[in-house]
Amino acid sequence: MSNNKHWQSFGELNNSEAYQKAAKDEFQEELPFVSDNNTFLEAKAPRRDFLKYLGFSTAAAAIAASCEIPVKKAIPFANKPEDIVPGVANYYATTYVQDGDAVSIVAKVRDGRPIKVEGNDLSPITKGGTSARVQASVLDLYDNARLRFPTIDGKEVTLEIADKAVSQVISGLGGTPAVILTSTVNSPTTLEIINQFIAKYPGSRHIQYDAVSYSGILLANEATYGKRAIPSYRFDAAKVIISIGADFLGTWLSPIEFSKQYSKGKKLNEKSPAMSKHIHFESIPSLTGSNADDRFLHAPSETGVVVAALLNAVNGQAVNGVSDPKLKEGIEKSAKELLANKGASLVVCGSNDVNVQILVNAINEVLLSGGKTIDWAVTANYKQGVDADFARLVDDMNAGSVGALLIHGANPVYTWFEADKFKSGLKKVRTSISFNVRLDETTQLCKYVIPDNHFLESWGDTEPKSGYYSLIQPTIYPLFKTRQWQDNLLKWSGAETTYLGYVKNYWVTKLGGETAWDKALQDGIINPSSEATLTGATFNATAVSAALSTVNSAKKGEGTELVLYQKIAIGAGQGTTNPWLQEMPDPITKATWDNYLVMSPFMAKTLLGIDLRDPGQSDSYEVHPDKKVVRITVNGKSPISLPVLIIPGTHSKTVGIALGYGRSKETGRTADGVGKNVYPFAWMNGGTISFSVPDVALKLTDDTYKVALTQTHASYDTPQGKRTEVMKELTLTQFKKDPSEVRDEREEELKPWGGLENFEKQGTIYPYFDKPGIHWGMSVDLNTCTGCGACVVACNAENNISVVGKSEVARFHEMHWMRIDRYYSGDLDNPKVVFQPLMCQHCDNAPCENVCPVAATNHSSEGLNQMTYNRCIGTRYCANNCPYKVRRFNWADYTGADSFPDNQDQTIVGHLDDVVHVMNEDLSRMVLNPDVTVRSRGVIEKCSFCVQRLQEGKLKAKKASRPLKTGANDEWDLKVACQQACPTDAIVFGNINDSKSAIVKNRVDNHFREFYSIEQVHTLPNVSYLAKVRNTYDEDAKAEG
Amino acid sequence: MSNSCHTFVAIWDIFPHLHNSIVNMIHSRSIMGKLTIIIAFGFLVLFSNNSFSQDGKALFTQNCASCHQVNKKLVGPALAGVEDRWPDKTKLHSWIKNNQAFLKTGDPYANNLYNEYNKSAMNIFTNLPDKDIDAILAYIKSVPPPTAGNPVAGGGNGSTAAAADSDNTLLFGVLTLVLAIVAFILLQVNANLKKLADDKEGVPSMEPVPVWRNKLYIMFGTLVLFTIGGYYTVMGAIDLGRSQNYEPSQPIFYSHKVHAGVNQISCLYCHGGAQESKHANIPSVNVCMNCHMAINEYKGDPLYTAEGVEVNGTNEIKKLYKYAAFEEGKPWDASKAKPIEWVRVHNLPDHVYFNHSQHIMVGKVQCQTCHGEITKMDEVKQFAELSMGWCINCHRESKVQFADNGFYSIYEKYHQDIKNGTMDSVTVENIGGTECQKCHY
Repeated sequence: MSNNKHWQSFGELNNSEAYQKAAKDEFQEELPFVSDNNTFLEAKAPRRDFLKYLGFSTAAAAIAASCEIPVKKAIPFANKPEDIVPGVANYYATTYVQDGDAVSIVAKVRDGRPIKVEGNDLSPITKGGTSARVQASVLDLYDNARLRFPTIDGKEVTLEIADKAVSQVISGLGGTPAVILTSTVNSPTTLEIINQFIAKYPGSRHIQYDAVSYSGILLANEATYGKRAIPSYRFDAAKVIISIGADFLGTWLSPIEFSKQYSKGKKLNEKSPAMSKHIHFESIPSLTGSNADDRFLHAPSETGVVVAALLNAVNGQAVNGVSDPKLKEGIEKSAKELLANKGASLVVCGSNDVNVQILVNAINEVLLSGGKTIDWAVTANYKQGVDADFARLVDDMNAGSVGALLIHGANPVYTWFEADKFKSGLKKVRTSISFNVRLDETTQLCKYVIPDNHFLESWGDTEPKSGYYSLIQPTIYPLFKTRQWQDNLLKWSGAETTYLGYVKNYWVTKLGGETAWDKALQDGIINPSSEATLTGATFNATAVSAALSTVNSAKKGEGTELVLYQKIAIGAGQGTTNPWLQEMPDPITKATWDNYLVMSPFMAKTLLGIDLRDPGQSDSYEVHPDKKVVRITVNGKSPISLPVLIIPGTHSKTVGIALGYGRSKETGRTADGVGKNVYPFAWMNGGTISFSVPDVALKLTDDTYKVALTQTHASYDTPQGKRTEVMKELTLTQFKKDPSEVRDEREEELKPWGGLENFEKQGTIYPYFDKPGIHWGMSVDLNTCTGCGACVVACNAENNISVVGKSEVARFHEMHWMRIDRYYSGDLDNPKVVFQPLMCQHCDNAPCENVCPVAATNHSSEGLNQMTYNRCIGTRYCANNCPYKVRRFNWADYTGADSFPDNQDQTIVGHLDDVVHVMNEDLSRMVLNPDVTVRSRGVIEKCSFCVQRLQEGKLKAKKASRPLKTGANDEWDLKVACQQACPTDAIVFGNINDSKSAIVKNRVDNHFREFYSIEQVHTLPNVSYLAKVRNTYDEDAKAEG
Repeated sequence: MSNSCHTFVAIWDIFPHLHNSIVNMIHSRSIMGKLTIIIAFGFLVLFSNNSFSQDGKALFTQNCASCHQVNKKLVGPALAGVEDRWPDKTKLHSWIKNNQAFLKTGDPYANNLYNEYNKSAMNIFTNLPDKDIDAILAYIKSVPPPTAGNPVAGGGNGSTAAAADSDNTLLFGVLTLVLAIVAFILLQVNANLKKLADDKEGVPSMEPVPVWRNKLYIMFGTLVLFTIGGYYTVMGAIDLGRSQNYEPSQPIFYSHKVHAGVNQISCLYCHGGAQESKHANIPSVNVCMNCHMAINEYKGDPLYTAEGVEVNGTNEIKKLYKYAAFEEGKPWDASKAKPIEWVRVHNLPDHVYFNHSQHIMVGKVQCQTCHGEITKMDEVKQFAELSMGWCINCHRESKVQFADNGFYSIYEKYHQDIKNGTMDSVTVENIGGTECQKCHY
């Protein structure tokens, strides 16, 4: 066991005063009754007020309760459809579509409303995995800011009038071309329809534009392989993975697919321990970098140099041009690993520079990756936009040579770095038509707006990878007067058929019959009849030497450099309008509801004067949500001011800002006023957009700005003050040497109470209660958990968890039942990171249960720590007594569930953010799960192990008169929401009493790595963890801590 | 088991006065009346449960009763004497199994019958085994032809039992009162005698305190008042939000008695959701119209509302036609139908999860256990208290299908205990049925 001290916050690193206090108290703010003064009577709300409240609430409760019971109606269908039974959910296979991303999903439809999406297990690409964004997409369906009807010049019109008007202007273009501008389209039928439209109006063309494009890779592949395409990457086949700035577990290309593959190499077989090796080079900490076995830092402008040096190294030459010795060592080590695993290694790079990507291709060619870890037989169609094509369009528009612009999915006014140029061009376009779903920045400037349906209301097909199709079918009738944009194109190109007819006809013909089409719809996917064998492609090396010299001669960055990155939840801006995604803490920074400047501790010391090694200074930085604001100036662009977050693992001369924020207020109340837009800082670097800016000026201002960070919320620690009891980590070398190290350490911890063997009985004065039938348990593998947050959002959706808004998060009031604790260890400038998902541990000897004065929380005979909202009187003793700090209190009426509507605006609980009200609107509330109670103010809530799913699963088994299946032979009656959402299968859940269940198998197979968080306090948790094993070079870790 | 539940209800029902606070919704009756009814129901439930054991009747109710009756023409013909009418038993069997296929053979009797009933197609029962059909036919044979004035079962017994019960209560009450008065008089006598004795012995005595100023009596009185008042306040508070006996008037006077009682339509024919869903579901208009396309008038016994106003059944069917947008003699376009806004009788609070299919399919609980003798109700009223105590009590006493349901094979300990004889049966409580998160989540 490496004794490296793990720390969650800077306060913990320094063991500061604020940290000690935070670890001690459950609630980190003072009680509202006693705030200013210490004496109760002199407080803001003294005894008399207390009595007033008491009297009022008693009287009010009596009056409210004695009112007449309202008459409720029960209205059945007029004609009940045969396959719909009210109260029983139906599941429809469909596809999540967002720009080029396509993920096969299954939508749960309850009483006509889609309320939850799950991954489609049948998909060979994502294999049932999802991401936070996929999980949150169902809320977008019920977004109040969606456009509800077609408009011309902002005035509502009917679809017929819009059709007539648009047909007229398009046919009257008189030869000037119409351009269809979309984000990447990978639907075969849509592409056909676009071609039909183009054929009808000669001179027209289709331009694909991706906000964050992969032009560099596309063009590099064209230059070296003769194909403007992206191959399939096979992380599962790679024993060595080198990533230079590619956040492939978070935001790069197809993160769900890659997470699934990556986790295969990280699953540890205790009998023959072996793991893939992942080395990451980057400038600011990403999710992927945090998961890497070893991580090296470089300045953004050095990306090319690093790649070139790696190419040289794998070619057996010396590494030169890299000044940083650590970095140089990293490159050399990487080259050694790669060469030792030729044909089983993969190098990927996140750069959008063609020359850099040519060099990456050259490296992979040396490593014989083609046909092994890179598959050219199946190409990935997620991103096809090429920046130069769009730049040319903007020029054409400005030259007045574009007659009509039809926009779908693209929002260049917001995402294009020269937005003003696009805007002026748009004014010269005679007819502008937008099919976008909301009044985004571009749509606001379009004359005709005919909003598209949400994907859950649509028909369609997608081809995320060549030969692999995923079908889209509607799960609800369109909520508004919207129409699929393909229908518009069909209509305007004079076709008789609707898009549904078109898709159906296309696939019935292709599949050879209606039955096959029905089957395909039911499955949601169509696969090639036989899986293509992995193939490489012929490499044309002519471009390499030129690329090498261009890269090597590129200007080195001077001064501070800026990286514009994507957050896992927000992406290129798609997530800004979604409250669940906004409130999901970023895995790395733990911040919600904002973008900010990410800065290294080193730079913070010089620029801000904050020395994180100093307990006082780190406390004053960390405890207050107010962060110092810095003004960023990029050559020739208007400067912006953003608050600073100090994030270890950031390159010392680099700062980072997330894209996707600073939307206009018309995009919706959720996105309004959140963060700043930094797309204008991007620039055109030799034909492709670059999101790293070589030279920026930073100036500290006197302002501060509140950032709602959850970093220091709910910190918990052991009386011994050693993190090793909370979270265990060791290296692969250590594990191979002594597999029972974790067990030995547990033995040591439990020694005073009889050791592992007798601990259960000797460690307590309480008797043990039998679990005669089922005993639920969960296991979380810290090795495969990437910290992506899909589980957090899945939990939100499944359990009706309230969104509380930024101001409440800043007051420690976030309601997430599940949090992902991020621990650092080692070097402050480039620490190792471990993620530990933490939810209610369902302790069999739970400290919360003993202290509840009304028995609102108690234990079930199945091992569940039950929470009964209706019985809870809100003393919060339980939360105070919970060693894991997983209980959440409804400080305000976040759900509008109270009998008294005014409770939402009481000044004593503080003013609630607008987003809380957004989530309480009738439309948004359609997403609520009817099987889970909506909690009202004043009660505690926490993870229930998705008890509604457990009950449903048990009922299913009972009806079939057979024992419950929780993973024996991979048959499942139930999965909990976080388990089902996880793209890496890190979470296993089931019945511990069933020796064949997946959970028992998991615990037995990983006998050595299994541990319980702070086990020695004898809470007997039902959640076990598997220790993190890192395949790192870091052998001296032991010396530290 | 069901009987004990009723007893429980009866005990709670002795104090029903606070129902009056929501008097708008409840037709309150005297304690005696209620008790009579409840106890009578208890007996009836037991009685009717027993009679369900006959196979043919069950099969008939399940498969045929929605369209046929033995002695009365419904959607389909009356089935009495059906075997005599058909020339050949094999033909009858194939007709029952798949009437559409049989029609195609051109059989004249079948075709005549089909035309006679407006070509309304009979359901297809391909999966019904021959022996089941025989059982049904045997049942049809066994039903006696109708005679006038069938006596109602169970009435006499129930009321005597109830009368005896309530007499006792009254008796105890009177006794208590008499004893209290006697005690009071004796205390007074005692006090007077003591005063006399004291006077005689020359012990100086205090000025006599009148009864209404005697602190002991005042304290005692206050205590009694406080106890009684407190009791009724608490009982009243417990009763807030409950609505036992709620019997709202509905948009259509739909009589369960006529449908489920007289015509013996299976509950699940209309409330099929009870088998698969948490909701039993109220049938949609098209389910009503399955039968009422043909049945357009009511000819049964006169119907009365709870207030005693006579209802014209045929008019109520006309109301249905209005919702269904159906005009007699014309083909029905189901897409024009409007849903009927029924008033919901059984309302559970939002924080309670109740699943019908769990109780019906897994627990094998009869509908009547919670809904009362629905086959005797013209207008449905809330039979059970639907309080948590009522739920929990049943969970404590009901036995699960422990041996029959394969799910419970995982409870190895209990199986062992039953084998050893340390346990004789497994109740819902034993498998966690009284824990919070079985119903609240």
